[in-house]
Amino acid sequence: MATQHSRSAARFMMAPAVILLLGWMLVPLSMTLVFSFKKYLPLRGGDLGWIGFDNYVRFVSSSAFWPSVQTTLIIVGGVLVITIIFGILLSILLDQPMWGQGIVRILVIAPFFVMPTVSALVWKNMLMDPVNGLFAHLWKAFGAQPVEWLSDASLFSIILIVSWQWLPFATLILLTAIQSLDSEQLEAAEMDGAPPLARFGFIILPHLARAITIVILIQTIFLLAIFAEIFVTTSGAFGTRTLTYLIYQRVLESQNVGLGSAGGVYAIILANIIAIFLMRIVGKNLDA
Amino acid sequence: MARAVTTRRKTINTVAAWAIGLLIFFPILWTILTSFKTEAQAINDPPLFFFFDWTLENYAIVQERSNYMRFLWNSVIIAGGSTFLGVIIGVPAAWSMAFVPSRRTKDILLWMLSTKMLPAVGVLYPIYLLFIKLGLLDTRFGLTIVLMLINLPIIIWMLYTYFKEIPGEILEAARMDGATLKEEILYILTPMAIPGIASTVLLNIILAWNEAFWTLNLTAAKAAPLTAFIASYSSPEGLFYAKLSAASTMAIAPILILGWFSQKQLVRGLTFGAVK
Repeated sequence: MATQHSRSAARFMMAPAVILLLGWMLVPLSMTLVFSFKKYLPLRGGDLGWIGFDNYVRFVSSSAFWPSVQTTLIIVGGVLVITIIFGILLSILLDQPMWGQGIVRILVIAPFFVMPTVSALVWKNMLMDPVNGLFAHLWKAFGAQPVEWLSDASLFSIILIVSWQWLPFATLILLTAIQSLDSEQLEAAEMDGAPPLARFGFIILPHLARAITIVILIQTIFLLAIFAEIFVTTSGAFGTRTLTYLIYQRVLESQNVGLGSAGGVYAIILANIIAIFLMRIVGKNLDA
Repeated sequence: MARAVTTRRKTINTVAAWAIGLLIFFPILWTILTSFKTEAQAINDPPLFFFFDWTLENYAIVQERSNYMRFLWNSVIIAGGSTFLGVIIGVPAAWSMAFVPSRRTKDILLWMLSTKMLPAVGVLYPIYLLFIKLGLLDTRFGLTIVLMLINLPIIIWMLYTYFKEIPGEILEAARMDGATLKEEILYILTPMAIPGIASTVLLNIILAWNEAFWTLNLTAAKAAPLTAFIASYSSPEGLFYAKLSAASTMAIAPILILGWFSQKQLVRGLTFGAVK
């Protein structure tokens, strides 16, 4: 049993981390909150006083707001659907007996380790460029007109790039979950004559449910915040301005800090709603 | 008969998995290949795969023209420094929560996790302003601190799940033999905890190396790490594919290698122990 002495030592050892994280959370958060109720234009007069909820109203009533929400939902939803579906298929395939499994795994996981600015620029220039990109060469080889990916199919292109980055994450987690499945259960089902699709639907999928939920929640939090991929490809043009990017533009590009901060508060609330669900699952796991 | 079927299935699996694996890996492979071409060969139609005049000149040009080494060094300092600081602060915290748990331990852990969920863009201006006021904008020190703070929750969580796996009986036995707290940590916990700490370090170097929100927004010329350096290629002049490829290859190579060692830890670290 822990003694009084070790308890106070424990508190002392925890203190730096707790204090730092508390400061990291509270100081900027309260500043954002304060700014959001002010007319604050650093380059045009600075702090121009309190204006109540004006920024909150203006942020949601600006013509850029709803399109940005829509863009955010399409990107997050699109990437989730692609990574989950292909992640499940890929993890089942990788779980099968084969030659060179370790190497294939490495190939599949690799994109996750590529920094976002590199993957975005490589896709933008070397694959998707309408003149010199590899896709353009490929299209021309089949006699088709090369596609202007990042302007004509901008959302699809961003979804493709981001999915490529996150598919390894989904696959790896689902593969870990599949490997924890009792193989005797599957063998028994097979012997009882359950066809592959039934084995997938009644054994594998239910077993993966928790892992899928975790992938969805964690990816959603990261996907809501994607920035570099848009920053270096379209800079928010061609309908790719997400909520995160809109706030970034308000704050740093047009230096309307009050308005951007109100947007920031919305983003924080949104992220917290998702976080609550994630924490429930993670918290339950702590008790186990 | 059954054996033959298994071999056939195994062959099909192998072919399918390799095809998909190579397809997913292709953009990286293509980047590496292109980095060894001349600029003219890089945009050649039809594309050149292996039969071209391999050259190292792009690597030399990238280093010469943009002083690549300085960005690399910034990345090393920032990723290494933030991880080091994070582990120094995280180990005692995770240790105390794992071995001297109290009623509030779970709440504290979940609260720490919640700070990780805070969208960076929501606090962009306050941090930006504080950085200006404190003279930290475009400094390696400032960025190191910020990256340490955003990764600290993951560090503590990972360490916590590893420490939890160390059996408590061993500690009790040591205490009964009269080991002091210091001896307990130094001679018993540390050796058992080293694999967990190593994995934590590995994953966090990867995360910090690739971080591309704060590194893009809080640096300019001086402290810019590789993420920001590569971003400068988004508005290039003239032919640049081969040079972009060379710069990219150099930027991702160290992390690809580290990453392959840390596959398992990746799952644990990024799901906060919820999937092992």
